[in-house]
Amino acid sequence: MHEPETVAEAVSLLGQHGADASLYAGGTELLLAMKEGLLRYGHLVNLKTVPGLDRLDYDTSAGELHIGPAVTHRTLELSPEVAARFPLISDAESKVANVRVRNVGTLCGNLCFAEPHSDPAAFLLLYDSRVEVQGAGGSRTIPLDQLVLGPYETCLEEGEMLTSVSVPQFGPEMKAAYQKFGYHQRPTLGLGVAVRLENGSVAEARIAVGSVGPKPVRVPEAEELFLGKTVGDILGPASGPRLSVLDEAGRMAAQAAEPMDDLHGAADYKEHLVRIFLGRVFAEAVGAAPAAQRSAA
Amino acid sequence: MSSNRQNWSIPIELTVNGRGVTLDIPPQLTLLDLLRDRLSLKGAKRSCDLQVCGACTILVDGMAVSACTYLAYEARGAEVLTIEGMADGNDLHPMQQAFIDNGAFQCGFCTPGMILAAKSLLDETPRPSEEKVKEYMEGNICRCTGYRKIVEAILDAAGKTGGAAG
Repeated sequence: MHEPETVAEAVSLLGQHGADASLYAGGTELLLAMKEGLLRYGHLVNLKTVPGLDRLDYDTSAGELHIGPAVTHRTLELSPEVAARFPLISDAESKVANVRVRNVGTLCGNLCFAEPHSDPAAFLLLYDSRVEVQGAGGSRTIPLDQLVLGPYETCLEEGEMLTSVSVPQFGPEMKAAYQKFGYHQRPTLGLGVAVRLENGSVAEARIAVGSVGPKPVRVPEAEELFLGKTVGDILGPASGPRLSVLDEAGRMAAQAAEPMDDLHGAADYKEHLVRIFLGRVFAEAVGAAPAAQRSAA
Repeated sequence: MSSNRQNWSIPIELTVNGRGVTLDIPPQLTLLDLLRDRLSLKGAKRSCDLQVCGACTILVDGMAVSACTYLAYEARGAEVLTIEGMADGNDLHPMQQAFIDNGAFQCGFCTPGMILAAKSLLDETPRPSEEKVKEYMEGNICRCTGYRKIVEAILDAAGKTGGAAG
């Protein structure tokens, strides 16, 4: 167990021990994998001994939240600043795993572990978040949608350390919601929608889907399909032989998310869930009755 | 180097149920193993071993953690509270008494974790709503499914102590 005092020292330890070293923060994912013998490291680099990495700052001028690598889920859940300016994050964080995991586990550790059945990466995608990474050769900024490559795999190079997540605040007109679904400890599906309405029709849309496939994704095709449509157009029934807007967007979202068969369910079941939850979450975001209830009424 | 690794040990000092403890531990030792095997405190149970079930819930500086997936190393300098440290001599802690009064256990396996989780809830939120109790306790599983009485016991303890669940 190494106890670095600076980020440079932590990065240098990672470089020195290569594949035999791992960063260690909360350990809620890492220790599980090590106990199971899935991962073996001779060296753990405890980043919690570096002062300041547990900082959670809101940058007023940029309107951005900066989340340090030692910030726990629980800190995000209980922060009044996050609750006031990022209510969606506050609420979604309060539903991550259980309170014991949230007390110890960190947001950045969660992103780096890239467990597919997980919420944070999905809801942070709605915000066009970025991550800062530091390695021996310097630092770089990566858009969050490029961080995760697949299950348990990120684009971080060996010896690189995630040093911060930056989350730009939504504009004041943005309405957003995130819902998760599942019967297991980890989510089967997580889906978020953020929209801005102008004169009753959608002027900006963001849709993020997580947990059903290998990695969380944004769905630009479905976002584009929503543009210019009213809430009624989107939640309403199909006109004529064409698919309803929601069915078409749901199909796009399911395709983009690449649902996989696993213990949480079959791929076609997850495709169905994506379509259903796209409607529910959009309705929650704009404060409308869900589509199914509308047609029954 | 790898042959040495097994023998590495770190000296740590911590307080367990108010008593100072100094010992050498291997860095990979979990807090649950330290409590159960080195200190013979068997109240925290190993069950899922995955931080899912809550049977090993203990408090580290007042914070609920799963001892099964928490390094003993992390408790250096900390105050650890297990079920064995809840009562004050022969006087049960109000939360323990509330569990008895409300019949909030059957087999008892989940009870130590339930009581410690419930204590951390009341320390944080002295007068929680029923909904808040259910939300907070969601990660503690009772296989006898005595949830209703557990929720009642916690609300009872909150009412009796006026929240001061010290």
